[in-house]
Amino acid sequence: MTGLPRPLRLVLRRLAGALPVLALVVVGSFLLLEAAPGDAVDAYLAGIGGGDAGQMAALRAEWGLDQGPLPRLAAYVTALLRLDLGWSSAFERPVLEVVLERLPNTLLLMGMATALALSLGSLLGIVCGARPGSVQDRALSLAAIAVYATPGFWLGLVLIVAFSVELRWLPSGGIETTASGLAGWDRAVDIARHLVLPVLALGLVYMALYLRLMRDGMAELWGQDFVRAARARGMSGRRLVLRHVARNALLPVVTMLGLQSASMLGGSVVVESVFAIPGLGRLAQESVARRDTPLLLGVVLLSAVVVMLVNLVIDLAYALLDPRVGSGGGG
Amino acid sequence: MNFLRRVLATGEGLAGGAMLAVLLAVALAAPVLAPGDPMAMAGDPLLRPFQDAAHPLGTDRLGRDVLAGLIHGARTTLLVAGAAAAAALGIGITVGTLAGFLGGWVDEALMRVAEAFQTVPAFLLTLALISVTGPRASTIVLGIAIGAWMQPARITRAEILSLRERDFVAAARVIGMHKLEIAFREVLPNALTPAISLAAVIVAAAVLIEAALSFLGFGDPNRVTWGSMIAEGRAVLRGAPFLSIIPGMALVATVLAVHLTGRAVARTLRVRPEVVRPEVVRPEVARPVLG
Repeated sequence: MTGLPRPLRLVLRRLAGALPVLALVVVGSFLLLEAAPGDAVDAYLAGIGGGDAGQMAALRAEWGLDQGPLPRLAAYVTALLRLDLGWSSAFERPVLEVVLERLPNTLLLMGMATALALSLGSLLGIVCGARPGSVQDRALSLAAIAVYATPGFWLGLVLIVAFSVELRWLPSGGIETTASGLAGWDRAVDIARHLVLPVLALGLVYMALYLRLMRDGMAELWGQDFVRAARARGMSGRRLVLRHVARNALLPVVTMLGLQSASMLGGSVVVESVFAIPGLGRLAQESVARRDTPLLLGVVLLSAVVVMLVNLVIDLAYALLDPRVGSGGGG
Repeated sequence: MNFLRRVLATGEGLAGGAMLAVLLAVALAAPVLAPGDPMAMAGDPLLRPFQDAAHPLGTDRLGRDVLAGLIHGARTTLLVAGAAAAAALGIGITVGTLAGFLGGWVDEALMRVAEAFQTVPAFLLTLALISVTGPRASTIVLGIAIGAWMQPARITRAEILSLRERDFVAAARVIGMHKLEIAFREVLPNALTPAISLAAVIVAAAVLIEAALSFLGFGDPNRVTWGSMIAEGRAVLRGAPFLSIIPGMALVATVLAVHLTGRAVARTLRVRPEVVRPEVVRPEVARPVLG
């Protein structure tokens, strides 16, 4: 592999490491499916209006469900490899279709929440970290701890009370105005207006996290030799803060970005439910409420894949930012 | 005692500790402070706060007293979050010790499993478990723990790795102690500090997850929780927003108290304060990035 460019080698190595992890997630999901009452045949027949015992037995044999656990696992894995995630009894459609339909809304919500959290968080973090211990540092840090303690769904409700009910500035739910007939730019503006509150509800918590991470990182860096050396050379003010201290404190924030993607997906379950956004998260809630285990596991599997891909992209970005990463064989 | 005094000497420790003490007292004294069933009708429906002295924080749509719900909710919250955090720490510390001390394929396998658990959003994991087993307090505790044991496992493993080549381990081996006995009786007690300092982060996350679960309607239906109170108030959000806002403030105060106490304890233990949620690994502990 030495002939390949460095980023590509990193991607290949990470993919090789991700495969066993994905396999474990699949096995776990299979175990949950086995533990749930009823099987795929029950769900399918309930969806299409029932069938007799002979039909059930025939379907079980066809889907490999009449055998022991290991052949059933094998049947499950083969189906997954064919991108067959099973049948959703709640929607009476294939699971894959339903989850893929909901994915874009969730990615949009997460992407915007991440953008908000990262930009505002590192900006305020720099304000704090530029002078650790100062009045603005103490005030902002305290505010960040308070925001960090706030549950996203409750923050969402408070925002609805303030901006939808009292001020009537923004819509209180949905991803866009239904049957508005809007298209192009107008539709984009409509969607953006619907997303303001959910993005705030989901993103502010992470903003607080990145603020603290940036601030603590910078506070630690001020004592480092290279910063003292830069100072000794007469560097000061904005240049020192931004180019030497903040820039180095940004690396852990970028790492955290990838590690937080799983947590953010989990958070979007509740936020999407509060704002009635038809995304993956609300789908998870609906599938639990309607006892549709295959659908829930479809959401789980897709989330795991999304988290892996996000981390891969972050690793790649990290390798480009920090030349030490991914060079050499063992790392 | 000396340790406690040092924690309370910091401003954060004092504020957080005082809030936690009040919360604990309220939770313990709930049957005395608000006797009777908090889920029973107590007065006229939808009384506003400070309107009726008998119901200082008002009543909900069914005439249930908000203050009584708040008091009994504190009980549920602390019980579920405390038990879940203890279970998560127990599982994590055991797995981390085994992985770190035994090494080899055991280590490799356990860490892959931890990685797989971290790939799935913890909240979805908890939801999946509850959807299969049904919402009971015990399964909720287990569900939260299942989503939170990975970070203590990693941190314990790292600590064990740094200790296992020390002289006292070699000495224990020479006198013929069993491998597992060395791991759990000799090495583990010296490696507990970093994992214990995670307790606050895990408790705080458990409080939030329990609240989110019961808000979505997947909490224990036989207990009052702050999350279910918020959900109940949501139906009348326009007319009576206080019904959702008051229990939410109790949640924020609780999580804040836990965080502040945790930071003070971590500082006293001379561990870097953690502001991360349980499914997060500290960058320097995470394996994947540096291969």
